[in-house]
Amino acid sequence: MIRFLASHPPGMTHWLLLSAALFSIGLYGLLSRRNAVGILMSVELMLNSAALNFVVFNRFVQPGRMDGQVMAIFVIAVAAAAVVVGMAIFVALFRHRATVDVNRAADLKH
Amino acid sequence: MNPLGFALRNAWLVPAIPFFSFILVGLFLRPWSKKAAGVAATLAIFASAFVACWVAWEYFRLYPPGGAHPPLVPWGIEWLRYRTGLSVSMGVLVDPISVLLMVVVTTVSALVHLYSIGYMRGDEGYGRFFTFLNLFTFSMLGLVAAPNILQMYVFWELVGVSSFLLIGFYYSKPSAVAASKKAFIVTRFADAGFFIGILILAYYGYMAFGQLGGAVAAKVAGRSATALQPFDFLYLADPAVLGKLAALGPALLGIPLLTLAMVLVFMGAAGKSAMFPLHIWLPDAMEGPTPVSALIHAATMVVAGVYLVARLLPAFVAGGSALLVVACVGAFTCLFAAVIGITQDDIKRVLAFSTLSQIGYMMLALGVVSAAHPLGYTAGMFHLFTHAFFKALLFLGAGAMIHAVHSNEIWDMGGLARKMPITHACFLVATLAIAGIWPFAGFFSKDEILAAALGGGHAGIFAVSLAVAGLTAFYMFRIYFVSFWGRPRSERAEHAREAPAVMWLPLAALALLSLVSGFVPMGEYVSLGDAPERGGVDFAIAIPASLVALAGIGLAWFFYGGPAGRAQRAAEALGAVYRVVKRKFYVDEVYLFVTKNVVFRCVARPIAWFDRHAVDGGVNLSARTTRGLGAALRRLQTGQVQAYCVWYVAGILFVLLVLWAARM
Repeated sequence: MIRFLASHPPGMTHWLLLSAALFSIGLYGLLSRRNAVGILMSVELMLNSAALNFVVFNRFVQPGRMDGQVMAIFVIAVAAAAVVVGMAIFVALFRHRATVDVNRAADLKH
Repeated sequence: MNPLGFALRNAWLVPAIPFFSFILVGLFLRPWSKKAAGVAATLAIFASAFVACWVAWEYFRLYPPGGAHPPLVPWGIEWLRYRTGLSVSMGVLVDPISVLLMVVVTTVSALVHLYSIGYMRGDEGYGRFFTFLNLFTFSMLGLVAAPNILQMYVFWELVGVSSFLLIGFYYSKPSAVAASKKAFIVTRFADAGFFIGILILAYYGYMAFGQLGGAVAAKVAGRSATALQPFDFLYLADPAVLGKLAALGPALLGIPLLTLAMVLVFMGAAGKSAMFPLHIWLPDAMEGPTPVSALIHAATMVVAGVYLVARLLPAFVAGGSALLVVACVGAFTCLFAAVIGITQDDIKRVLAFSTLSQIGYMMLALGVVSAAHPLGYTAGMFHLFTHAFFKALLFLGAGAMIHAVHSNEIWDMGGLARKMPITHACFLVATLAIAGIWPFAGFFSKDEILAAALGGGHAGIFAVSLAVAGLTAFYMFRIYFVSFWGRPRSERAEHAREAPAVMWLPLAALALLSLVSGFVPMGEYVSLGDAPERGGVDFAIAIPASLVALAGIGLAWFFYGGPAGRAQRAAEALGAVYRVVKRKFYVDEVYLFVTKNVVFRCVARPIAWFDRHAVDGGVNLSARTTRGLGAALRRLQTGQVQAYCVWYVAGILFVLLVLWAARM
């Protein structure tokens, strides 16, 4: 197995399939989780799949350049910031409501 | 170099001063100080009267009396433009009759304003009263000065509105509210006819404009400040245009088009001038304050109809039998109102019916005009001129009496001659003037009307006017004897006191005018066509007319001046006839019957049903549909971010699917 993998390095398609799988799992989680923290984690998955896409395209399409890698670093930084903000909101929500169930936070309706 | 003088170039000031004063008084002075509102409004009208007299002086210096008096439009602006070459202008038309009306309206209005300062003192709506009075004066002057028929219509309606406001001035009194509504609805109804007439005239006038407009414009070049338009009186009164319109042939039931148009226009005039059968609003309009009755229902608004007929008289003459309608309606109203006037007990109502009767005189004078006998035009305008003064005086005098006695009933007065000597003297002058006794104003103008009727070959109308001269003298002296002679019939009349100076000064001024205005050689100033009318008194007519008037006075003295009870016995002897006249020939009742049983039941109710169910139903349906859709769509808005995300993702998938399908 290890030998097989060593002699057959994964191609672009494999990486993209992995990225698509990550994205789909993230999307499913985003739409189905009830827990706010879970939703946040799903969003992180989707962001990471996008970052992976950047890196993959950088490696296989323009190997001599760094643009994609730089973008991936950006995505990680932005994701970290987003998590901070999101967690702060959820902490506030929890203090206010004693729950992080998003079904019970339907104030946007009003 | 402009040959026109300052006043003519700025003739717009005549209506503009009351307008600005209306704004100033209504918006700024009224809430600030009552007294300032009254004084400012009065001063404005006096200023306007001054400018009007100046305009008259300059006009008659430009075209001296005795010669031709072509109309001028010394000032005008384009108001509404439909397209190049077709627009409606606002302007000021100056010709003998508009000058005459401007002077009369501003003079009487100024004196009425002055009188109102005293009469309305202590009234709650003091400032409001002067605001409306200014608005009314502005509207009337705009009407008089209108150089085209559309401007006239606009101001015509403004006059209607301001009279509505003034009649319903005591708006907490149900009868005043009813009277103001009645006046408005009746005149509006008549104005519908006027408007259709305007449409006919304007449409066919416009059709002929391309062919004749150039020639007419060349004829009036230099006299008009605005480009000639098919709505202008300068154009519509041109013989070539009228010839063209008269040749249009039958329109409806064999009536020629021009005749039809002029009869419709006369319908509007009859509404404003309260001619039979549209006269019913005027007696009720006496619910307004007495100065309003003096201004609107004697001197100005009700003569708007006469003025309209006079303004379009060339068209009426060309319209053939339309003028006969004017004459007959005028003569009938003249007699009809005089007969009713004899039986009324409310002094203002008697005066209202006498106004109807006198306006009927003016209408019949205009109605007997023909191309060969244009004297009626001069006579009608002359009577308008003199009547404005003595009728305003009668109303203001009546106002002073009502003020003193606190009752409109002549039977509550009596013996006022000694208590109110100045009012008595002024009232007597006006009564003699309206009765047509030499040398008071009414004598001259009435004589001219009788001469016009006889000269035009209308013997029947002449007979009616002669009879009405006697009736007029009778009913006027009836109220004079009852209210001034004898002994006081009520507590209040016992303690009546003379009116304050601010009230009797206008009375004295009007009395002076009633005394001298008959001596104006009107024929040299106002005449149809270029030749002046011969002045002077026709003794073959004046002597019988004076005898009839004296007989009327004698009869009035016999019934009301001498021992009491004679009138009572005469009324009892007449029985049913007296009752029918006293109830004003049941015209109001007929109207009420027709509106209640025919109009309301057969027209208004189905329309109301249609409105409530079809029109409102349609509106409600659209509202309900919108609300239903909204309710359905509102379900989508759950407030759950995840639900929104589902829609978002579904949308993206859908778009991708479409793009993929498009690529296939």
